Amino acid sequence: MIREIFPARFRRNPMTELFGVPIQALLGQLLLGLVNGSFYAVLSLGLAVIFGLLNIINFAHGALYMLGAFIAWMGLQYLGLNYWVMLILAPIVVGLFGILLERLLLRRLYKLDPLYGLLLTFGLTLLIEGLFRSVYGVSGQPYSTPALLTGGVNLGFMFMPIYRAWVVVASLIACLLTWFVIEKTRLGALLRAGTENPKLVEAFGVNVPLMISLTFGFGVGLAGFAGVLAAPILQVSPLMGSNLIIVVFAVVVIGGMGSILGSIVTGLGLGVIEGFTKVFWPEASSTVVFIIMVIVLLTRPAGLFGKKS
Amino acid sequence: MNRQLIAYLAAIVLLAALPALGGYPIFIMKVMCYALFACAFNLLLGYTGLLSFGHAAFLGLAAYACGQSLTVWGWPTLGGLLFGTAAAGVLGLVFGLLSIRRSGIYFAMITLALAQMQFFYFLQAPFTGGEDGLQGIPRGSILGLDLSQDIHLYYVVLAIFVLGYALIWRTVHSPFGQVLKAIRENEPRMISLGYDVDRFKLLAFVLSALLAGLAGATKSLVFVSATLSDATWQMSGMVILMTLIGGMGTLTGPVLGAIIVVALENKVGEFGRFLMHQTGIEWFRVLGESVTIVIGLIFIVCVMAFRRGIVGEWLAWRNKAG
Repeated sequence: MIREIFPARFRRNPMTELFGVPIQALLGQLLLGLVNGSFYAVLSLGLAVIFGLLNIINFAHGALYMLGAFIAWMGLQYLGLNYWVMLILAPIVVGLFGILLERLLLRRLYKLDPLYGLLLTFGLTLLIEGLFRSVYGVSGQPYSTPALLTGGVNLGFMFMPIYRAWVVVASLIACLLTWFVIEKTRLGALLRAGTENPKLVEAFGVNVPLMISLTFGFGVGLAGFAGVLAAPILQVSPLMGSNLIIVVFAVVVIGGMGSILGSIVTGLGLGVIEGFTKVFWPEASSTVVFIIMVIVLLTRPAGLFGKKS
Repeated sequence: MNRQLIAYLAAIVLLAALPALGGYPIFIMKVMCYALFACAFNLLLGYTGLLSFGHAAFLGLAAYACGQSLTVWGWPTLGGLLFGTAAAGVLGLVFGLLSIRRSGIYFAMITLALAQMQFFYFLQAPFTGGEDGLQGIPRGSILGLDLSQDIHLYYVVLAIFVLGYALIWRTVHSPFGQVLKAIRENEPRMISLGYDVDRFKLLAFVLSALLAGLAGATKSLVFVSATLSDATWQMSGMVILMTLIGGMGTLTGPVLGAIIVVALENKVGEFGRFLMHQTGIEWFRVLGESVTIVIGLIFIVCVMAFRRGIVGEWLAWRNKAG
């Protein structure tokens, strides 16, 4: 049926439909997928950086992403600080909060089974979410798009909202900067050395505990940054983080935590696949990432970019 | 007769007499369902060293399967219970085959993700009734005993709980249980000794899923409903907390943990209001409204300072004293 109709339609109207779906809808979902993929990439990158040095999985990553969005909202609401100020300030506040958590709580668990780190951060998630829920309720708070980035551009073949493009670009810049610092600078070299053998690095006179604190702060700061980026797109709500973080866990399992570029590629790629699934098979859009995880586990248990353990 | 057996018999007699002593049957049945769930989970975490973050999937699936077979297909009660349990076992086999390919922290993330996938499926599938859940499940009868009366159901639930607990006791004290504990302590050594570690892990996983399913199917009879909340990640977290607070790797710990967590869920509101009236601090009202905050705090305290749990600490204290 489709084969019969398709060529005729194609001749009549080139470039408006693909597989029976209007190209504009397809590109719209592609952009949405890229936006979601950017969040996956930034969050899984933060998780990977933290895991590398601390050997724990930070369940609270989603809650701290939510915290970033809320701090941006509070800054505007109570202090009148605009989006651009908060885009810098909120990740710093979240990062400092993370350093506090690492110093007070996580530090005491390094000698134990890494599962305790997961359980502790799970408890922190419940606590942070519960506190925000008791103050702000479950309904979302709207956050308006900054004036500079409102509206959209007509590209001829589609209408592109500027803010969404900005989210993708800003996330990519953050990811690439992280990649550059870790792979190309002296600080990053120390960090990688610390991941391999912390005792030896300490013997060279490097303050490893400080490095661990700063790494954790930086990782959760990335989550806070993603939260501020998300604020104008999604409603700022106490529950925005926990649903996202489970998908990000699946992304981490799919990509493996071996390489930074791997996290970025996997995050963006899965976002795009999710976007396309929304067009072709809407019912499966919320589960497609998990299905891909199952396939990856069956074929490459260590993950696409993971090292064999 | 040894002292342990006497203590267990006394506990069973006490449980059987509780409704006559003024205990509220539904509440005690709820505690027994969660206690069985936590004991099943503990078989995996406490005795095999595997942290599953998706155990709610088995509880939820069994509740829906049991409810579906009783409500829609009109099966007898016993058939529904068995069907729910079996369904959870099959799901356990699938989850187990996938998740034991990775260990440690990845195992936790994979089970969490698989359970979340199932949650999204439940959210959309027609047979679950979406957000409303499956309501009005007929309790039917077992061996001519009309279960629509709470007190009749109470003794059936008690029998199920005792059976499930006995099975776990037997497993832990069997050679199989010893192998599981050895895997928990030193997996590479067990591999070098020639044990097929993955098969033992898988068997433990399926057994744990089956028993969690039995708890879920029974729970659907008690509340005559199956809802989405049984299958959420919050529920998976709850069963971890029950095991952690009571003492992982102890037989009675998860039971005690279940009593504490269920009681806390029911009473925390009253407690918050009580504290507010006593101290005059308005904030305590918030505490009463949000159980999540309290649960999160207990989680943090348990992990930081109280990792052996109540029963574990008591055993350690007794060993030191004796």
